[in-house]
Parts: sequence; C-alpha cells; structure tokens
Amino acid sequence: MKHPGMTNKVYNIPNDIFEWSEDNFKRVSKIIQKYPTSRQQSAVIPLLDLAQRQNSGWLSKTSIEKVAETLSMSYIRVLEVATFYSMFILEPIGENFVQICRTTPCWLRGSDKLVKVAREISNAKLGETSKDKKFTVVEVECLGACCNAPMVQINDDYYEDLDESTFKKILTDLKNNKSISKGSQIGRQASHHERGKDA
Amino acid sequence: MPTITIDNKKVEFENGMTVMQTCELAGTEIPRFCYHEKLSIAGNCRMCLVEMVKGPPKPVASCAMPAGDGMVIKTNSQMVKKARKGVMEFLLINHPLDCPICDQGGECDLQDQALHYGFDKSRYDENKRAVKNKHMGPLVSTIMTRCIHCTRCVRFSTEIAGVDDLGLLGRGENAEITTYLEKTIDSELSGNVIDLCPVGALTSKPYAFKSRPWELSKTETHDVLDGIGSSIRVDTRGKQVLRVLPRINEDTNEEWINDKTRFAIDGLSRQRLDKVYVKENNKLNTSDWNTALDRIKDEITNRGKEKTITLSGKFTDAETVISSKIFSHALGSNLYDCRFDNAQVIHGESESYKFNSSIQEVENADAILLVGSNPRWEASVLNARIRKTYINNNCKIGIIGPDLNLNYPYHKISKSLTGLNDILENNSEFSKILFNAKNPIIIIGTSAINNDQGESVLKICANIAKKLPNFSNSFNPLNILNQDISRVGSLELSFVNQYFDGDLEAKLKEKIKKNKPVVFLLGLDEISPKSLDGSFVVYCGHHGDVNAQYADIILPTPAYTEKSSTYMNIEGRVIQTSRCHNPLGEAKEEWKIFKVLSDLLECDIKFNNLNDVRKKIVEHNKNFLEIMKTSNSSKLSFASKEKLEEQTISYNISNFYMNDSISRSSETMAKCTNEILNKVKYS
Repeated sequence: MKHPGMTNKVYNIPNDIFEWSEDNFKRVSKIIQKYPTSRQQSAVIPLLDLAQRQNSGWLSKTSIEKVAETLSMSYIRVLEVATFYSMFILEPIGENFVQICRTTPCWLRGSDKLVKVAREISNAKLGETSKDKKFTVVEVECLGACCNAPMVQINDDYYEDLDESTFKKILTDLKNNKSISKGSQIGRQASHHERGKDA
Repeated sequence: MPTITIDNKKVEFENGMTVMQTCELAGTEIPRFCYHEKLSIAGNCRMCLVEMVKGPPKPVASCAMPAGDGMVIKTNSQMVKKARKGVMEFLLINHPLDCPICDQGGECDLQDQALHYGFDKSRYDENKRAVKNKHMGPLVSTIMTRCIHCTRCVRFSTEIAGVDDLGLLGRGENAEITTYLEKTIDSELSGNVIDLCPVGALTSKPYAFKSRPWELSKTETHDVLDGIGSSIRVDTRGKQVLRVLPRINEDTNEEWINDKTRFAIDGLSRQRLDKVYVKENNKLNTSDWNTALDRIKDEITNRGKEKTITLSGKFTDAETVISSKIFSHALGSNLYDCRFDNAQVIHGESESYKFNSSIQEVENADAILLVGSNPRWEASVLNARIRKTYINNNCKIGIIGPDLNLNYPYHKISKSLTGLNDILENNSEFSKILFNAKNPIIIIGTSAINNDQGESVLKICANIAKKLPNFSNSFNPLNILNQDISRVGSLELSFVNQYFDGDLEAKLKEKIKKNKPVVFLLGLDEISPKSLDGSFVVYCGHHGDVNAQYADIILPTPAYTEKSSTYMNIEGRVIQTSRCHNPLGEAKEEWKIFKVLSDLLECDIKFNNLNDVRKKIVEHNKNFLEIMKTSNSSKLSFASKEKLEEQTISYNISNFYMNDSISRSSETMAKCTNEILNKVKYS
C-alpha cells in the first residue's frame, strides 16, 4: 500500500527555499525554550510538525534541512525521525489528506464503501494525489474512534458515523470549497449512544 | 564483591557490569550481533537472550541487563535454546541466501551463529524484502538486502568517528541504513564499519570478489603509514597484499585503523622499483647489482668518501638507519639526517621529539592544547581517542593554528605561534582552563616546529608543561606528534647532524654545491629534486615516486610488508614488523646493501646478519631492547622564556589520503582524494 508518510525517500524541488515564516519563527523559539538547555534537540518533532504545516502538509528536503539547521543537528538525524513517523509526510500531497480507517470495526461498518466513494470523487489511486491537487486518499489502521465507525480523518479533523451519501457530500463540498461540519455526521455527541446520552 | 551464578558457576564481578560481561568472566560465550564492547548498547538484535532464574517469565537481553548480586543466570536451558532459534529464524526471514557470492562468506557472524544456534531449515514461504544498495563512497560497498539492522555502523560513525553521516531510516520492515542522500562517509576511519558489520551488508569495495578468507595467509604485523604503528594483520596471497585488518591493541590503536592503512595497499603493487637502474646519458636503464654497486664505489671514491650525505625518509626502519650510520662513519662522514620536514629537535633531549605522556594517557586528559597539529590527519586513531576523552571526560581542547575540521568542538586560541606567549603568561582564556585542569596535556605537531622558531616553540612548551599541575617525576605532559614511523627511531639512534638544523634543504643545497658528493636517499621523496642538483644520487627505495626519476642509481628495497624491521612509534614504543611475503623483484634489504658497499670500499663494518644489525641498534640505544615497551622519562631539561615572534602556522599535510610514496601510488587513495576531499560526485 502506498502512503506518502511511509517512504524513506526525500523529495526535492529544484531551487526550493524553505525559510520559517515570521509567525513560525517566533513559535520556534518558544518551542525550543520548553526543553532544557542541553536537550533542545528534543524539539525536533514539534519543529518538523511546524515545518510540515507551513509547507502545505508535507516535508521537503529543504524543510528537513532547515529543521536540522535550526536545532544544530545533522541532516540524517532529523531524517531518521521524519521517516520513522508516518504522520510526517515526505511527498507532496493534495489540499485534503483523507485517511480512511480500515481496521475491523470501521471495516465491518462499511469502510470499503467509503474507499470506493473517495476513489470515485478524487479519481486517483490510493496514496496518489488527484489531478486537481484537491485530494490524497490513503487507508490507515485504527484511528481510535471505533464506536463512531466508520470514520475518516481529513487533515486535522475526524468525520464519524459516515455512510456513502454523507461521505460523498463531504468530499464534493470540499472539492467545491464549501464549508463542512466536523465530527459525527448523525449528530452524535462524543461517543454516546446514537439516541443520546441517557438512552 | 557481588557474585553472580552463571550455569551453576559462581563468579565475582564489579558493579556496573552487564550480565553478558559476567558471562564472559565465567567463560561462557553469548552470541550477539548488535553488542560491541567499544560502542553504546543498543539491545536490538535479541541474539544474546539468557534465562534469569526467579526473574521475569521471559528471557532477558544479557547485553543490556545490569548484573545484580545473587542473580542466577542460565545460558543453555531449553528456554534459551528456543529463544535463540526463534531470534535466528526472524533474522534470516529477510536475509538473502547469497552466501556463495557474498564477500563475508567464511568470516560471517550470521553464518557461524546460524550454524550453531539456528534451525536447519526454513519455514518461511513469503517473498523476502529487497532493499536498494546505497552509495557510501569509494571504500565501503553495500548490499543492503543483507542488513540485519544491528546499527553498529551507525553507532560507530556517530560515537567513535564523530561524523553524523550514517542513519537508520524508516522502521519495521521498511528500515534501511543509509547516509544522508547517499553522500560519501566523510571520515578517515570509515573502513572500520566493514569490520564491525556482522553480515555482508557493508564490505570492502577494493577487496570485492578478490578472495576467500581461507585462501589467504595471515601475518600479524604493524602499520608504518603513520606515527602510531597500529597493530594490523596483513592478508596475502602469493606476493600480493590483499587486505589489512586491525588487531586489538589498547596501547596504540584500540580496535581501529585509518583508511590509508587499510586501503593504500594496492599501492604496494603499483609503481614498484623491482630492478636495479643506472642512469646513462640522462636515461635510467635496467642494470644488475654488481654493476650498480661498483659504480657507486667508484663515485664515492672519486667524489670523496667523507663528503657522502645520507638522508632517510618516511619508512626508514632502525636497521637501515643504524647500518647506514655505521657505513657513513666508516667512510668518515657524519652528514646524515632524518628531519626532511624540518621539524626541529633539541639535540640530546629525547623529550623534544617523543609523545611523552603515552597515547593511552590521552584518555585521562581533561584539557588538551594542540599546537600546530591536525590530529585527524596526522594520527587518525589518536584523534578518535581525543574525541573519546572529549565525550567521557568533558575534556577541553584548544588549538593554536588555523581552523580545522575536527570532529569535536575546540577553543580557537590563535592562528599564530604568539598564542603560546599568552599561554605562558597565563593571559588567555584557554590558559586558565589549561592551568586549572587536573590532567592537562600539550600536543605539538610538526607544523609548529618546522620553522626557525621551532626550537623556541619546544622550549616554551616545555616551560608551560613544567607549570602544569600534573608534571611530576613520573608524568610528562609535553607531547610531540610526529607524522612518520621512522622519525622517533632515527632520532633515538641520533641519525641527525646539527649542520642541518633550521632549513635542511637550503643547507643541503649549499653542501652539494660545494662538495658535489654522493647522496643516499633512503626512500626519501619529500625534498625537492632541485636541491640535489650537482650530486650523485643513489635512491634506495621501493616506489618510483618523485625523487627516483632524478636518481643516478636506483637500488630496489623491500616495502614494509616484505621485511622484518624495527621501528619506534611516536611514544617511543618499539615495534617489530614481520615479513608477510617475499620482496618483489630483485629488492634487497638496505643493511645488506651497506654491508656489500663497505666490503667493496674496504672499510670494515662489523655486522654480517640481521641479528648483528639488531645488536648494534641496542648497543647504540638501550631503549630498543624490549619489543612493545616504551621508555619514557619525564625530565625536561630544556626551557626558555623568550618570546615567540608573529608567525602564522600552516599545516604540512595537504592530502591525508596521498601523503607518502605508497599511498601516492594507490588507485584507491586517488579515488578517495577525488570523492572525499575534492567532492567530485560519483556517476
């Protein structure tokens, strides 16, 4: 299965330059200050995350090197961390990174159908980016929201209690830049019973 | 002392030891892949599992488990045997069955341990994973599918070599060892990862598909390519040296050797002088020993016996030095010297050219002052020790000389020799560190003393050394780091002439202009041929390097793998090399040449065989009596307070990889120069 976060390759765009944005530069020094003086390299994970957010959701060669330079680490040490965690994406991805849970509870509740819908709308294979650069769809293992299965994660948010039609609507709205509602799509609160807290 | 029971055998151990180390005390061998004595503990191969009685219900990794008082350990119980078989099976799941074409075959830890501890058949039907091979430079060849992810190479490069080049990317089945974007490993010690790799993933590129270990004859000897005299094993087949491996010697090289020692050996079969050459009509023609020696006899007689000059080179052994010295004396000449790089000494003071504190003492230092020395290139394994001291002892290092790319941080004191004035007066930041340290040492490189102020530098450093807190009757913190194996031995046999003090080449030119004498070059290529104009040059050496082509007569001699000879390393340790194979062509040892010449010239020199020569060495200097022993004294009877004048230091090595006649002839070293130093990209 292809997953842009589970590769050991470094993607390089020629002549690409990565510099911290002004806001993020302030954040960098705040993050580093959280760690003891001789242990500031521990900030590598939050800084990689910050770089990934600034670089439209993925880490380029230059952004990895920038993090290494910021923390006076060698490039290979930062790359080790970036390749270890699948949440650090190492290839360019679409605007919406759709992660469809396929572990047993979601699968029993119809995650296969969600994959089919996602592939139809994005018109791209799993792990690849759609032509309009709107979507990158991947299958992932349990995201820990099993009681609201089936669920998907799109960028930072969970979308739960899905079925084919609600998921189709979410993706179409995203494609047309319309706003969508996060969380359960049937109005469930947290992981309560479908009929409410006291049912 | 706490005790531990290993397989019903009680052993006492020191606190802080691991279960694996106590097992070794008890004489029980524990199989392992990732654990290595000199590296940090990783505990990821799980091969060293043992059973702990009344411990956890599962086996424990003995390499990472601290031994405790009263522990009972079983290393051959059913549980352990089953655990080892299981681990072995997992390791072999993705390991290719390519032993017949693998260079590690026959000396492979995985092969041996699979035989002893593994299953006899595979239960695995799935596809094995395949991993792309990585480029790591001209020395290390990679077949990454064979890698079992022990991470020894990563830990070596990070901890010992001090270059953060290697890393483990990804995880689980996708884990891969690589350098960042497949860049070349930028270390002088990179070859050691080949020895460390327990499988055939990292192998030697120049040695690839050359030979099987059981075909080689192995000789234990010493390296001569730097001043350390590292203990090595030379593997030969016929008259060809196929590889060099390090031997463990805690006094000098620990367990490592540098890449020049390991890979310059292909230079031993290139550009060799294997015949006698005599120059006629400005052209060197092959000849025979009798003609050449007769000609030398005539020239010496005609040009004046007492005017003969002898200069030794980088690899000149004590036997050659003593026989040529005796020969010169018999001719009535004392014009000989070994200081071709102009490194000054104080005559009669052995402390002015030795590494007095001993190499091992570097590990206890807590402040090191480097004066005009680039230890990374001058003595790479010593540099690894300095780095170790920096890590374990929080040692502070200060440098007088231009900036260097060392693999540890250092204080920049001054680019000029005047930095020493400030230190003597306790006037600089680093001088306070140095004088307040408990165990400081000073290391002087030859780049600091190869000028007219050389003697003053030695004297001022001696003055500083005397003021250091650890200077005592038994310890001398003043060290001189010579770059060549020949230097200390030649100086111990006083193969110097005060006439050549200051600037050897200029004085040599002057003498030659006046006398037009016969000049013997004992493998010396480090002085410019122009300074020899007008003389009759006899070149005794093994490589057709710079000076051989300007010689009037070339006498071939054996290289360091082809004769047994005695050297003194930088700290004055007597080392004796062994003959690994017969000399190439017509080469003859230098002492034989001088013996025959003396007979022709009818001046008697009293030795007839190698034993006699060695007796003469000991007669000249008792320090040569015991092999592998040092003879250091801590008297410092020279010192001065005179101020040094402004003089910027420039390091005298411009290329680590091609620094002597052997490595200059080596193709591998030429590749290293291109790829590592000149950063030419591979295609």
